[in-house]
Amino acid sequence: MNRLGSEDARSAMIKMSNVTKTYGSGEALVEAIKDINLEIRPNEFISLIGPSGSGKSTLMNIIGCLDTPTSGEYFFEGESVSRMNHNQLAEIRNERIGFVFQSFNLLPYATAFENIEIPLIFKGVNTRRRKERVAELLDKVNLGRRARHKPGELSGGEIQRVAVARALANDPSLILADEPTGNLDTKSGDELLKIFDTLWKQGSTLVIVTHNPAIAGKTPRVISLRDGSIEN
Amino acid sequence: MKTLFLFKLFYRELKTQRKRMTLTILALVWGTFSIVMLLAFGEGLRLQMTKASHGLGEGIVIVSAGQTSRAFMGLGKGRQIFLTEEDVRLLENRVPGIELISPEDEHYGNTMTFGQKSITQSIIGVYPSFEELRTNYPDWNSRFLNRLDLENKRRVIFLGTKVKEKIFGGAEAIGKTVLLNNIPFVVVGVLRKKIQNNMYNGPDEEKAAIPFSTYKSIFGVKYLDRLIYKPRDISRAEAIKKEVYRVLATKYKFDPEDTQALRLWDTIEDAKIFQKIFVGIQVFMGIIGALTLMVAGVGVANIMYVSAKRRTKEIGIKMALGAKRRYVLLQFVSEALMIAFSGGVIGIVLSLSLVEVIKTLNLRGGAADFIAHPVISVQTMAVTAFLLGLIGFLAGLFPARKAASLDPVEALRYE
Repeated sequence: MNRLGSEDARSAMIKMSNVTKTYGSGEALVEAIKDINLEIRPNEFISLIGPSGSGKSTLMNIIGCLDTPTSGEYFFEGESVSRMNHNQLAEIRNERIGFVFQSFNLLPYATAFENIEIPLIFKGVNTRRRKERVAELLDKVNLGRRARHKPGELSGGEIQRVAVARALANDPSLILADEPTGNLDTKSGDELLKIFDTLWKQGSTLVIVTHNPAIAGKTPRVISLRDGSIEN
Repeated sequence: MKTLFLFKLFYRELKTQRKRMTLTILALVWGTFSIVMLLAFGEGLRLQMTKASHGLGEGIVIVSAGQTSRAFMGLGKGRQIFLTEEDVRLLENRVPGIELISPEDEHYGNTMTFGQKSITQSIIGVYPSFEELRTNYPDWNSRFLNRLDLENKRRVIFLGTKVKEKIFGGAEAIGKTVLLNNIPFVVVGVLRKKIQNNMYNGPDEEKAAIPFSTYKSIFGVKYLDRLIYKPRDISRAEAIKKEVYRVLATKYKFDPEDTQALRLWDTIEDAKIFQKIFVGIQVFMGIIGALTLMVAGVGVANIMYVSAKRRTKEIGIKMALGAKRRYVLLQFVSEALMIAFSGGVIGIVLSLSLVEVIKTLNLRGGAADFIAHPVISVQTMAVTAFLLGLIGFLAGLFPARKAASLDPVEALRYE
């Protein structure tokens, strides 16, 4: 069963039922998350909070299709992710999910332009179209004049904006940010949140993983994790 | 752009692993150089040996008479067979597959005199076709014996290279008259220098040839030492050999199956065996070269393993952004190939230069005739390129598979 038949599942962007992820086996078995039931609809803006060790990262990895659940069902836009192979997962990550990481994760030897271009290359977009799209994205994050700069020549805030532009490259359904302001000063952090807010208002769906209550306070919905389970 | 990106990554690796990369490329250069030079010397040796074997003649069969080893038609065994000049004409008429044919008879211990200089010289009597048969080509400004010489029993002589040197030294010989057993002969030609590694009774450069008709009248020859023929079509050589045997067996009444009655030296058969030996030598040389190159391949694999480890994070990022496994595979394999080919190109350029240098040295005489003429053939290049590709591919494949099998979550966490 690859698609859910119900009206409910179709309108949900993400639907998880009884998702559990365990590591190790026997005595050393660790349940990182257990029996997660979760639904995210299009154009939601969500904070995923919880102390370290609560399973935030594991849940984020599963939502982001970087990892698959040990048991339970996960539907991304109606498609069952649980049993997808590496290539199918890679395609979903490439086309439908945009990642923004705490440590930016730009390629240090590549320019801002080239970094943003990477998801487009993997999608197989042609050179001319890639050029147009990257220019568009750089404008969107106000970095038009920084195209030829490498991450080492950019400020933290600029780097994270490049990362946001990269996340938006293939016009994803979901933007997944993992502690995006964690390595930024307050001013840059606020700017980034403003960008996220704008994206949300323009119709994007965003999930921000954070342990910063100030950020969580700004999002309409908060999902709180404790010991591998959702609290609220 | 995608390719450009790969080059960029490669260039960065080149810089970050400079020392390891330099050593590995050096090993590749050396490996390529070894394989190309080994094959080049092998090929050169083969070509020179082939040339030398053609010194005796190209695709010829030498027939000499033997003794019967079987009784036949009431005649006993152990009977000596004799060949005559008539047999040459007989074969010419009866065996249409023969292109060229010549009798050859040799007379030893003659005195050849020019001015004060006198030497003892063996003389052969032959037809003009002997020139083609034995690749006895004349030096510039001179000629071999011709049809008119033969028809008119002219007293003309064609000198082997060494014979000319012995009697004339550096001086001009053409047109001079030498005395052969006190009979004057005009020198019409001198043998152009040739290398010859197959012979009987000495090489052609030590012989002097006169028309067979003249020879007969002077030495009164009745039986020939041997006759030489060349088949029109080498692929029919065996059939023609059988016909020659049959024609002569009918005439001399011996069993056509009696292999002792005539002795046939088939240089065609020799040449075939010879080519097989050389294929063997080339394969052997190629294997040695390939082994050397393989050592370099280990270096490439080592670099790629280190590179894969160091770039774990990068691979993780790319996977998160949607890189499929085959992209990671392609990236590492193509980098390994780039390393292999950059070493290979330098190695090939180096080999080509060395071959050119050896050519300009123009080494001659003795062993140098055979080994100092390396030739880089298209096949050599093809084999080398193939081996470089194969080694690069294998050296890249295993590290690449390791990199491609990384778990994106783990890889992203790697610092």
